[in-house]
Amino acid sequence: MFDATILFPSVLNGLTTGAVYALVALGLTLIYGVLHIINFAHGASLMVALYAVYWLKSRFGLDPYLALPLVVPAMFALGYALQRFIVNRASHGKDENILLVTLGLAIVMENLALLVFKSDTRTIDTPYTLATVAIGPAMIAVPKLLAFAGALAAAAALLLVVGRTDLGRAIRAVAKEKQGARLVGIDVDHVYAMSFGLGLACLGAAACFLLPAYYVNPQVGSGFVLIAFTIVVLGGMGSFAGALLGGLLIGVVESLGGLMLGESLGQVGIFAIFIAVLLLRPQGLFGARV
Amino acid sequence: MSTRRTFLKQGAAVSALGLPLVGGAQPAPVKVGVLHPVTGALAFSGQQCREGALMAIDDINAGGGIKSMGGAKLQALLGDAQSTPQAGAAEVEKMNEAGVSAIVGAFASAICLATTQAAAKYNLPHVVDVGVADQIVERGLKNTFRFGPGYRTCAQVAVNNLHVLNVAAGRPAKSVMIIHEESLFGSGTANLLSRELPGYGFEVKEVVKHANPTRDFNNIVLRMKAVNPDIVIPANYYNEYALLVRTMNQQKLSPKAIYSVLGGAASSYKFLKEFPDAADGIIDCNHWFNPKDKRTAALRRRVEAKGLFFTYEIFNTYTATMLLADALNRAKSADRAAIIDALEKSTFADHFMPYGPTKFVNGQNQGAQPLMTQVLKGDIRVIVPRDYREADPVFPLKA
Amino acid sequence: MRADLLSIAAFALAVAAVPLLTASGVVLTFLMMTLYAALLAAAWNVLGGYGGQFSFGHALFFGTGAYVQAIAQLQGGLNPWLALVLACASAGAVGVFVGALSFRYGLKGSYFALVTLAFAEVFRIVALSVPFTGAGVGLMLPLAPGAANFQFADRAGFVWTMLGFVVAALLVTSWLRHSRFGAQLQAVRDNEDAARAVGVSPLRVKLGAIALSSVPTGAAGAFYLQVFQYIDPAIAYGPAVSVEALVAAIVGGLGTLWGPVLGAALLHALAEATRNLFGSLPGLNMVIYGSVLVLVVMFAPRGVFGAGESLRDAWRRR
Repeated sequence: MFDATILFPSVLNGLTTGAVYALVALGLTLIYGVLHIINFAHGASLMVALYAVYWLKSRFGLDPYLALPLVVPAMFALGYALQRFIVNRASHGKDENILLVTLGLAIVMENLALLVFKSDTRTIDTPYTLATVAIGPAMIAVPKLLAFAGALAAAAALLLVVGRTDLGRAIRAVAKEKQGARLVGIDVDHVYAMSFGLGLACLGAAACFLLPAYYVNPQVGSGFVLIAFTIVVLGGMGSFAGALLGGLLIGVVESLGGLMLGESLGQVGIFAIFIAVLLLRPQGLFGARV
Repeated sequence: MSTRRTFLKQGAAVSALGLPLVGGAQPAPVKVGVLHPVTGALAFSGQQCREGALMAIDDINAGGGIKSMGGAKLQALLGDAQSTPQAGAAEVEKMNEAGVSAIVGAFASAICLATTQAAAKYNLPHVVDVGVADQIVERGLKNTFRFGPGYRTCAQVAVNNLHVLNVAAGRPAKSVMIIHEESLFGSGTANLLSRELPGYGFEVKEVVKHANPTRDFNNIVLRMKAVNPDIVIPANYYNEYALLVRTMNQQKLSPKAIYSVLGGAASSYKFLKEFPDAADGIIDCNHWFNPKDKRTAALRRRVEAKGLFFTYEIFNTYTATMLLADALNRAKSADRAAIIDALEKSTFADHFMPYGPTKFVNGQNQGAQPLMTQVLKGDIRVIVPRDYREADPVFPLKA
Repeated sequence: MRADLLSIAAFALAVAAVPLLTASGVVLTFLMMTLYAALLAAAWNVLGGYGGQFSFGHALFFGTGAYVQAIAQLQGGLNPWLALVLACASAGAVGVFVGALSFRYGLKGSYFALVTLAFAEVFRIVALSVPFTGAGVGLMLPLAPGAANFQFADRAGFVWTMLGFVVAALLVTSWLRHSRFGAQLQAVRDNEDAARAVGVSPLRVKLGAIALSSVPTGAAGAFYLQVFQYIDPAIAYGPAVSVEALVAAIVGGLGTLWGPVLGAALLHALAEATRNLFGSLPGLNMVIYGSVLVLVVMFAPRGVFGAGESLRDAWRRR
């Protein structure tokens, strides 16, 4: 049953879906790699970004791709503020507090969205929503191809920021050795907030690329959280290349797994990989030795 | 005039039998619990159901209340089942202590299982508005009454009608692919369909189960291309249904028919409005109103004037509430046992659902049936049965 | 030790008296669900608070307990009380299995948390696909009220049963506070290498902790099934139960005897209060609930019980 005309499109689909997963995971890996916190509010933040894109389109008719220069900085600002003024204050140096406070933030965000936008599922209609491009025997939706390009661009941008700028150097220093970084005069709180901001900015980009092919409602974030964590662990906490490749890989695994085992059971492939990586190679593909 | 109160403002339990009428004084209102999952994963459906109940209560009160009780008005006590069975059951307890005479709710089958059981402890009548799982009315609970059909009935009607349509068109369709969501309603419906269809000469080539939520349907559509069924049968909730049909449209896959059973978006004005091209021609076997009854058009206009879509949650719960009001009227009192008795003997016919006069056996309305609709020329039209037909079915969509 | 036992006894007597003093369904249901949350939290606290291993997947044990309870009755024809024993044992077995894999490979901290989450998801997906769990349809217990059937006609029976489980969990926690095993567990929590250096086997100790944590959680799952009579993969293995357990334990105060009970009671009371006051606008009550959670963490970092202890210590030192 599964010849090349089925397998090839399935792999391509997996790559394009995985690209969106990668965009979501890029932010999470940065936040985890630098702040060493598990951000329970990541899914809800994606939802907030999706609503922002939706609102700009439905209120002002702004195309989601053109909304990138608005949504990305807005999400950055949100992330910076959340970290600097709430998460930082709540942590008191203990991991469990961060868990709780991000969980609390997730509950607040989800229910604020419910209050403001009600519970209906919203979609946007653009001229290219249903358009496809033929690649060999496969018909790939245009929004998904654009998402693929976007993921590559975002990963490259992050690598540039972290590799070449002063901020990036400060981030790497803080990630490696917080006390030492403080000793040489780096404002750790500011770096933390910048990192969290960058993490949420990635979600802003993810939302712009995701909405044309998907939908938004207050619960939409929870469907991406577990996958994002899997990718972060697979790729290596803190590695952007890892998040990108991990995302693509997981996308393909999900796609082929769904094809072979059925959509429902096929999800097992993802978590089986998750567990195997955690047990056998916890640093992931590109992470530093744990 | 509508009266809506939440629990805290109610205070202690008040006798619902009312005060004696003295020279034109208003009789005490009858409290009705309106219990739905208005937050959490099912929030959209729950809020639509609640809207239906509240509109019905408004209409009853505007029409003079419960005539046999001196014009007593209905008073809604709102409850949030928070999309979990345990929250639903806890709300039933609160409603019981606040002195409700009956409960209307709770949309989702799993929640209804818990709420009907909790209400049964207090012999509190519970009218089930949607909840299609058959177990809800098969447990021997005397307080439970379901106005609409369960999924066994829906599946049987769907299969029968598919057979009839197929034969009338010269048997163009031989193979079927079922795509269902993974939980109670989808799995139950798919099981029934897989069992019944072969008996009518259809080959069930594949049954695909998917998660809630499913982010991407490209794989399933790829499998569809490989399997090449004549008919695709989806049984899932709105979001996934919409995504599936959009993806089929994108991949230029058009089977001889998309024949839904309790399809989430198949007979939805919302889906029709947002994706008219993808929706065209889709057949659904689902809860639907009697299109020949003029009241439905009026109600639909009122609902749309509020900026809402006229979905099955609204008209199902609206009519279920009307059923309750009729029972109250015949019981002539707000006493729970009297209401249960009135419901058992109910022959309520003044409603706009295609059920005829009600007749309850073990809590299930025997006349309840789904209708077959098809999206034709930009509107949703009833195609089967003939009594309610608005347009001739187009089957198959293409030869 | 005696102080602990006295306080547990006082608690047990006070709570047991409530069903005798009131027949209110609202009060009894609130009490029953609070005790249920307290059991989840107390069980989680054994591994998380005293063992220092944060699990994000306690639903794994909950769901296993619930499913075994259902399957044993529906397909095995077992009496529900016997099924309960089997359910607890199964949950414990799963706990030891996951613990053995994770601790053997040296997983700690966030990695351990994530692996428990992954296991819970795997079980959920498998439960969705396998016929003997009813797959997506779930499993339903037929109604058969009667104490012998572990289906009490009124809430009082369930309240007393759950109280029994909670007391058992509290006794285990108290034992941890005063026993050698408990001291070893806390030593491993505070500094695993140092503990190993003095001859404690971290693997053995952690396995014991996860067993002690998973068994009561399995009991909670079995209890849920008996009360609500319906279970499906989302209810059994979904993240809601895992989150409920850890939030109540942390808010109440990690590594304390009464923290989990206090946390469960406070969170439930908060949820009820917000729902009563703001229930007419869907979502508003949860916004308030979430905000309170955030504020509590910001200003009472050691949890409520921890804050209570700090105040008490400060008072003593004055």
